[in-house]
Amino acid sequence: MQIRSPEFKANSVKALSDAQLQKALGNVRAGFIDKRKKAVDALPEFDALRENGKAIKDHTLANLDLYLENYEAQVKAAGGHVHWAETAEDARRIILDLCASRGVKTVTKGKSMISEEIALNDALEAAGVRPVETDLGEYIIQLRGEHPSHIIAPAVHLNKEQIEADFRRVHTHLPADRELVEHEKLLTEARAVLREQYFKADLGITGANFLVAETGSSIIVTNEGNGDLTQILPRIHVVVASIEKVVPTLEDAAQILRLLARSATGQDMSVYTTISTGGRREGDPDGPDEYHVVLLDNGRSSMLGTEFQEMLRCIRCGACMNHCPVYHAVGGHAYGWVYPGPMGAVLTPSLIGVDKGGHLPNASTFCGRCESVCPMKIPLPKMMRHWREREFERGLNPAAARYGLKAWAFFARRPSLYRFFASLGIPVLSAAGGAKHRFSWLPFAGGWTKYRELPAPEGRTFLQQWAQREAKKQEPVR
Amino acid sequence: MQHQSTKRPTVGLFVTCLVDLFRPSVGFAAVKLIEEAGCTVDVPMTQTCCGQPAYNSGDREDTREIAKATIAAFEEFDYVVAPSGSCTGMLKKHYPALFAGDPAWESRAAEFSKKVHELVSFLADEMKVEGVTAKLTATATYHDSCSGLRELGIHDQPRKLLASVEGLKIAEMQEADVCCGFGGTFCVKYSDISNAIVTKKTANIETAGADMLLAGDLGCLMNMAGKLKRDGSSIEVRHVAEVLAGMTDQPPIGGAN
Repeated sequence: MQIRSPEFKANSVKALSDAQLQKALGNVRAGFIDKRKKAVDALPEFDALRENGKAIKDHTLANLDLYLENYEAQVKAAGGHVHWAETAEDARRIILDLCASRGVKTVTKGKSMISEEIALNDALEAAGVRPVETDLGEYIIQLRGEHPSHIIAPAVHLNKEQIEADFRRVHTHLPADRELVEHEKLLTEARAVLREQYFKADLGITGANFLVAETGSSIIVTNEGNGDLTQILPRIHVVVASIEKVVPTLEDAAQILRLLARSATGQDMSVYTTISTGGRREGDPDGPDEYHVVLLDNGRSSMLGTEFQEMLRCIRCGACMNHCPVYHAVGGHAYGWVYPGPMGAVLTPSLIGVDKGGHLPNASTFCGRCESVCPMKIPLPKMMRHWREREFERGLNPAAARYGLKAWAFFARRPSLYRFFASLGIPVLSAAGGAKHRFSWLPFAGGWTKYRELPAPEGRTFLQQWAQREAKKQEPVR
Repeated sequence: MQHQSTKRPTVGLFVTCLVDLFRPSVGFAAVKLIEEAGCTVDVPMTQTCCGQPAYNSGDREDTREIAKATIAAFEEFDYVVAPSGSCTGMLKKHYPALFAGDPAWESRAAEFSKKVHELVSFLADEMKVEGVTAKLTATATYHDSCSGLRELGIHDQPRKLLASVEGLKIAEMQEADVCCGFGGTFCVKYSDISNAIVTKKTANIETAGADMLLAGDLGCLMNMAGKLKRDGSSIEVRHVAEVLAGMTDQPPIGGAN
């Protein structure tokens, strides 16, 4: 997908003036935050589980090569195939080759952010293969030619009325006068349309929430059951997953599963948790003939051993964006690539380069709410600051900001000059504020006064007044 | 921290650059409150800013130099107190991280960090202040500034002390713990997004039914006051220390209506 992260500012201005989007974003705040809190409050050991989950992931990342090799051996032992993809291009080629050699015409897809990251749908269509998204939200945005605006709720930027219009536009085989206002009616219609596609598909693609090293299993969690139909009904099942999805054991996955749904949707567990190990075995009533795993690196291994390694603990629950005031304001598309919100602000520069993704870690107030709800305790603001440091070192931030910062730092490092100029300038600025004690406009303060008044200084600086007060105390009493 | 009961503990006031330049009365309110809690206050003249603008812009070199000067200026005191959760977070949580692995400064930063406290939590948690003597007839709503809330755990302390102000009622706003959109340089670098965030905040402030907005950080207060005044709101905006010290003679932040 085209990278639009460098236009983050323009994207966000557009998003802020989009009334439909702003209405839909209201649902993010209302729909996720209270539900998560209720689920977390109901589980006294939640914080202990977070520590445990963090430890599992840290241990795995420290031994990632071993667990990945072990995982590969177990997949093979279960009759499956593992394909290592260093880049997005490699992953696309592997999947297109599979499609070509097996005569695949239609592909059903469960929800997968990795498939977005490698822009798989475009590649499939270009090769004459029809991809069908089966997650309801993904299906809706596929109809619209859009990309997900949220990692677990891809169509969260839309309102019901927009979806109704899309269904009427695309599902022309259905009566035009059908009733389609209720949520349930929309869902029933999508389900009926998709049901036929599952049987037509030659190949089903799913992502993975976990890859289990001890068993060679992939685990997906869904609420619609679409993932199960996607992976069981076609003759070929392909799992696309990034390397950091591996955990050592089923028990480890079970531990983290207790965190995942609670953090994401406030459920104790997602409706379906599906474990698949290899293809159909003799005696199995159903299942695919072939089972393939495409393991994607795409820059992740180069995050190991750096200040960004902790980002690889992420389990893609979406809690950080659900609690982010910037995400609430502009939505996911403004971030301009696959991953939005605070996790995207850290991950995107790692995957596409800080020269292109640099706005994202800057567009944060560092309010810290993301870190406080992250089930994997990822220090997201700290890592955004690391990106700002990389930018600063490379001189990538705007010249005006650099000079402004350097001028300010010059005084901050010279206390007597700071006091001298402040004691001259501040009383003047205070007087200029007049009886209202504020400014509606001030030179060089346009970024502030565009939307707010600037409170005027009270008068003389604190240090000035304190020094005088102390000097008076020293005077002999007459 | 242990101190002899006969000797008053010494407090170095880190006044913060925003209070120094824009709202000195917050500094004097802090001095009064700390002295009333039984401490001796001094204000080192070599302080400027905590260094956050440089730190959050990726400029570690300037940040380190500013941090060294701050640590050196305040090492002699029993406590270092600042009327800001954000600047306190910088001194207490981020200075040690800045000097990790630096043989000359790592332990100095760690020792310094232990003495640093935000004003209201210092009064309530360290000095065990149960109440204040101030009086004020008003209904106030309190905004939890992000750094104070999430880096330092400041939530109950200001509410507890405000409850002891005679005549003052507290009306909680919705989403008091959600960012006001200030974010330091964020508010000018991404002013459109900042405006969207502070607009939601001021709507919550207006519907709380209070005639006064209080918080513990001047940056957030100037942002919220600036927005309220631009919209013609009559809500008075003040730093929590002004009310706790009973020093509300100055016009509110951004003036009255």
